[in-house]
Amino acid sequence: MSLNIFLQNLSNGISLGCLFALVAIGYTMVYGVLRLINFAHGDIFMMAAFFVFYAMTIFSLPWGIACLVAIILAMVLGRTIERVAYKPLRNAPRISSLCSAIGMSFLLENFAIVVFGGRPKSFYRPEFFAKTFVLGEVRVPGVNFVTPIVSIVFLLILSYIVYRTKTGLAMRAISKDFDTAMLMGINLDRTISFTFMIGSGLAAVGAILWALRYPQIWPFMGVFPGWRAFTAAIIGGIGSIRGAMVGGFLVGLLTIMIVAFLPELAGYKDAFIFVILIFVLLFKPEGLFGEE
Amino acid sequence: MSILKADHITIRFGGLTAVSNFYLNLQKGELVGLIGPNGAGKTTVFNMITGVYKPTKGEIYFNGQEITKKSVDKITSLGIARTFQNIRLFNNLSVIDNVMIGCHLRIKSPVLSAVFCLPQYLQEENYMREEAEELLKEVKLEKFKNYVAGGLPYGEQRKLEIARALATRPKLLLLDEPAAGMNPHETKELMTFIQRIQEKYKLTIILIEHDMKVVMGICKRILVLDYGKTIAEGNPEEIQHNPEVIKAYLGVEASYA
Amino acid sequence: MIEKKKDFLLLKIATILIIILFIFVAQRNFDTYVIRILNLCGIYVILGVSLNLINGFTGQFSLGHAGFMAIGAYVSALLYMSPELKEVNYFITPLIWPLSVIQIPFVFSLIIAGLVSAGVGFLVGAPCLRLRGDYLAIVTFGFSEIIRVLFCNLQNITNGPLGLKGLPSYTNLWWSWGIAIFAVWFIKNLINSSYGRALKSIREDDIAAEAMGVNLFYHKVLSFVVGAFFAGIGGALLGSLVMTIDPNTFSFFMTFQIIIIVIVGGLGSITGTVIVGVLFAVLMEVLRSVESPMSFFGLNIPGIPGMRMLIFAILLMIVVLFFHQGLMGNREWSWEWLYYKLTRSKKEIKEGS
Repeated sequence: MSLNIFLQNLSNGISLGCLFALVAIGYTMVYGVLRLINFAHGDIFMMAAFFVFYAMTIFSLPWGIACLVAIILAMVLGRTIERVAYKPLRNAPRISSLCSAIGMSFLLENFAIVVFGGRPKSFYRPEFFAKTFVLGEVRVPGVNFVTPIVSIVFLLILSYIVYRTKTGLAMRAISKDFDTAMLMGINLDRTISFTFMIGSGLAAVGAILWALRYPQIWPFMGVFPGWRAFTAAIIGGIGSIRGAMVGGFLVGLLTIMIVAFLPELAGYKDAFIFVILIFVLLFKPEGLFGEE
Repeated sequence: MSILKADHITIRFGGLTAVSNFYLNLQKGELVGLIGPNGAGKTTVFNMITGVYKPTKGEIYFNGQEITKKSVDKITSLGIARTFQNIRLFNNLSVIDNVMIGCHLRIKSPVLSAVFCLPQYLQEENYMREEAEELLKEVKLEKFKNYVAGGLPYGEQRKLEIARALATRPKLLLLDEPAAGMNPHETKELMTFIQRIQEKYKLTIILIEHDMKVVMGICKRILVLDYGKTIAEGNPEEIQHNPEVIKAYLGVEASYA
Repeated sequence: MIEKKKDFLLLKIATILIIILFIFVAQRNFDTYVIRILNLCGIYVILGVSLNLINGFTGQFSLGHAGFMAIGAYVSALLYMSPELKEVNYFITPLIWPLSVIQIPFVFSLIIAGLVSAGVGFLVGAPCLRLRGDYLAIVTFGFSEIIRVLFCNLQNITNGPLGLKGLPSYTNLWWSWGIAIFAVWFIKNLINSSYGRALKSIREDDIAAEAMGVNLFYHKVLSFVVGAFFAGIGGALLGSLVMTIDPNTFSFFMTFQIIIIVIVGGLGSITGTVIVGVLFAVLMEVLRSVESPMSFFGLNIPGIPGMRMLIFAILLMIVVLFFHQGLMGNREWSWEWLYYKLTRSKKEIKEGS
C-alpha cells in the first residue's frame, strides 16, 4: 500500500474514530449512572438525522439551524425515553430495564419505518463537506477536516461539564456510589435526566457528522454505528468517559484499517466488531480505563 | 480429630487486609463461636472456608484434604454447608423446593433420566422429598411446605435456611448470625435447636453471632476477631475477662454485666 | 388421591388424543393459508419455550436465539435438499463436497440440526455463561450477529446472501405440533425435576445456589444447550415451512419476536409462552392486513409497512412497564390446577349458601 493511500485511510479512520467517541460517551455515561445499557442510543442517533432532514424539508430551515434544532430535539427525546421507559424500572430487577431498553430500541426503529418510511432518504450536504481536497497526492474529503474539530470541541465542552461543574460532580458521585449519592442530597432525577440529555445531544452531533459522511439516512442507520460505539465504550471501560474517547478512536481506526489492509476480509467487517466485543468482555471486562 | 484447619489465612482486597493470619484448628464435634465487632472479618472467614473468596496467603484443610482453591459447590459437596447473614433463600420457590435443592448435589440419575421420568430417577426424587420433609419437621416448618419461601416470617426463614443447609448433609455447618432479628424467646429456642441438630447429625459448628447470650450459652470455645486479627481465643469465661476483648468489643456490654 | 391421579392421566391422554384428531382433520381439510398459520403457531411455541428455559427459568438473559435457529435451518436444509436442488441453488459458488451429494430423510436432518445447534450452544455457552445479566445479553447477541455475517460470507457452504430457495416443504402439522408438544413436555419435565429446581435456584440467587452445592457452570450450560437444541429444530422447521432462507431471515428481528413472546407470556411460565406463542403467530397474520393496501367502500387506504412490529413493540413496552409478570407470571395451567380451582370454588359456594 502506498503512503498516500495509507494517509487517506488514516484520515478516514481518525475522523470516524472521533465520531464513534462522541456516540460512545452516551453509552458510557448512562451506564455510569444507571448501570444500564441504553440499547435505544443508536436509535436516538438515527432519529436525530431524521430531525435534520425534516427540519429542512418540511420547515425549510437553513442547514445550520436545522442541525441545532435536531440536537435539541434529540436531547428532549433522550430525556423523554429515560422518563417513560427507564425511570419506572429503576428499582426493578436489572433484566426488566434491559428488556425495556431493547423494547424502546425496537419501538423507535419501527416508529421510524412507519412514519418516515423504510426507504433511504438522501441527506443534504453543504458543498464544503462533499468536496474532496487534494493535499499533495492525498485526497481528503472535507468532512474529514470538520469531524475531528467538531468532535474535539464537543469533547472539551463535555470534559468541562463533567469535571468542572456541580452537575458534573453529581454525575460522577452517582456513578461511584448510587445510594450514598442519594443520601448526600444529590438530585437524582435531575442529574440522570441531564446525563441522558448530554448523551443524546452528543449522539445527535455524531449522527449529523455521520450523515455528512454517508449521506443516506434510513430507520436502521443507527444499528451498526450504535454497536461500534458501544464496543468502543466497552473497550475503553464502560463508565469511563476518557475510556470511551480512546475506545472510539481505536474502533474507528480499526474498522477502516482492517478493510484497507485486508480487503479480502471486508465482508466480515461487521463480525469483527462483535468478535472484539466478546473477547474484551470475556478477558478484560473492565476495559482499558474502567474499574472492576 | 481435626476436621477443619485454617492455616494462617490472610486475604487482602486492594490495599485492605480484611483478615490476617487467621488460624483455627477445629476438632470434630466442636461448637466454636466467632465474634467481633462489625467489619472485623468474620463473614470473610466464612467466605474463605466455603470457597467464595480465595485467601491471598495460607491454606485451608478439611478432613486432611486441601480445599483452599476448590470451587464453592465442590466444597459444599465435601461436607461444608452454611447459612447467610442476610438470609438468601430462593424466595419465589416453595419451602420444600428450597430444601430439596440442598439435596440436589447427591443426585445420581442423569438429566435425561429425570426428563423421561425413569424409575431410577423417580425413586431418587421420592427419597429426596422424604428427606426434605423430615428436615422440615425438624425445624417445625412442615405445615408451610407448599408456601412460597419469601413469604415466611423472618424467624422461620432463618430456620428454613438451616434446614436447607442440612439437606446437603454437612459435616461442618457454618451459621452466620442465626439469631439476628429474633426475639428473646425465639433466641432461646434457637439455642436448644442448634444443640439438638448438632447432636442428631453429628455436626461440627462454627457460629458467628452478635447475641452474647447465644455465644456464651452454647459455645465451648470462642474466637474474637478485630480488624481482621484474632485478638483472643478461649472458653466463654476467659473471653469475658480478657482485657483485650473488653477493650475492643465487649467494653460497653461488659460494664453493664 | 391415587384414583384422582389416574383420572388426571386419563384427562391428559384424552387431551393429546383430541389434539391428534385435530391435526388429522386440520391437515386434510383446512386450506393451506390456515395450515401455514397453525404451523407457525407450533414453531413459535417451540422457540418460545426453549428461550424461556434459558431466560425465564435459569435467569440467563440470552439474545442469541436467531443464531441457533439459523444453524438449525441451514444444517437441516443442507442435509435434506436433493443434490439436484443444491446444484440449482449454488450456481455462483458450488457447494463443497461432501455436502453437495448428501441427502437424508427430513427427520434425521431435524435431529442433526438440533444436535449441531446444541453443540454450538455448548461452545458459546461454556465461556460466556460466567458473564452476568446485560453482558451475557450482549455476548449472545454478538454471537448471533457473527453467525449471520459468517453465513453471508461462507458462500461455498451457505450460498451467501443469495440464500437457499425452493426448499421442499416438509413441515406439516404433524411435525410442527408434534415437536411443539414434545418440546413443551420435555422442558416441563426438566424444570419440574431436581435439575429444574437447580436451574430455578440459579435464577433466584446464584450465590446461595452455589453454596448449596449446585454446580453453576454445569446447570447454566445444560439449560443453554437444551434451549439451543430446540431452537435449532425450530429453525429447521421454519426453514422448510417458508421454503426460502437467507442469513438475514435470522437477524435480531427474529430473536426480538421470540423475546416478545416470552416476556408477554411471562418469564418462567410455559403456559404463558404457549398461549402468547399461538396468539403471536395468529396476530402476525391478522395484522398483515394493516400493512397491505385495502379499500373500504371505495376508499383506498395505503398499507403501512412496519405497523405490525410497531404494535408489538408498543405491546412489549406496556407489559414491561405496567405488567412485570406478563400474562401468567410464573404460574402454570394444568388439569390438576383446574380441578382444584373448580372444587374449591364449589366448596366456597356451598359454604356461602
